[in-house]
Amino acid sequence: MPTTGESISSEVTIKNRLGLHARPAMSFVDIANTFVSQVLVKKGDQTVDGKSIMQMMMLAATQGTQLQIVAQGPDAPQAIQALRALIDRKFDEE
Amino acid sequence: MKLQDFVVEKAIVAQLKGVDRDTVIRELVDALIEAGAAPRAIKDELIKLILDREKHGSTGFGKGVAVPHVKHDKIKGMAAAIGCSAAGVDFNALDKAPVYSVFLLLSPKNKPDDHLHAMENIFSNLQKDTFRRFLRQAATVEAVLDLIQDADSQQIQG
Repeated sequence: MPTTGESISSEVTIKNRLGLHARPAMSFVDIANTFVSQVLVKKGDQTVDGKSIMQMMMLAATQGTQLQIVAQGPDAPQAIQALRALIDRKFDEE
Repeated sequence: MKLQDFVVEKAIVAQLKGVDRDTVIRELVDALIEAGAAPRAIKDELIKLILDREKHGSTGFGKGVAVPHVKHDKIKGMAAAIGCSAAGVDFNALDKAPVYSVFLLLSPKNKPDDHLHAMENIFSNLQKDTFRRFLRQAATVEAVLDLIQDADSQQIQG
């Protein structure tokens, strides 16, 4: 996993009613895996790998939950932008 | 939330008879209905919804485990079945590996947050190598019950 390059982060809020359940979590992981940058997702003190579906399911990110996405690597800005967009459009659920 | 809050003891199937995804899902839904966790009238509908969900995207997320699930407005409280297959079952898992342990979760439709907390609990445990190994080795209902009691009391290390 590349650790060189820019590290950037972005605060997001889960807006869809059902929260980050399996299908949206899978969409997140699928998009995260299209980037070479490392993607971490933080909820309070908890940090999980944004490229692992099993770890993402451990967030229990209900509607209204604030998360921080941290990307590090050569395509970190693009990764943040794509993942933010997915969350902002409520995973195309509503 | 603890595993014991929603795992239905009578729906623990330590030695699954089913040999493929569809028969295992039927077997576990049957067990939940026999245990009274869901009305018998919606059995076929539940099975169809769960299978449709699997076809849309496998809940075999890798490492030999699968978590098929469904939300339904006739389900009053969260209820999970646990099934173990020594031989392994093809769940079309993300890593293409056989599935040895299945958590099948029924959730009420109007409580999405409870569903997420149950999933969090299931995956926090399935993430641990020790938990997965013990569950895979469990051949009796008692062994599965001991495991989830230990897991709930935080006695299982990563």
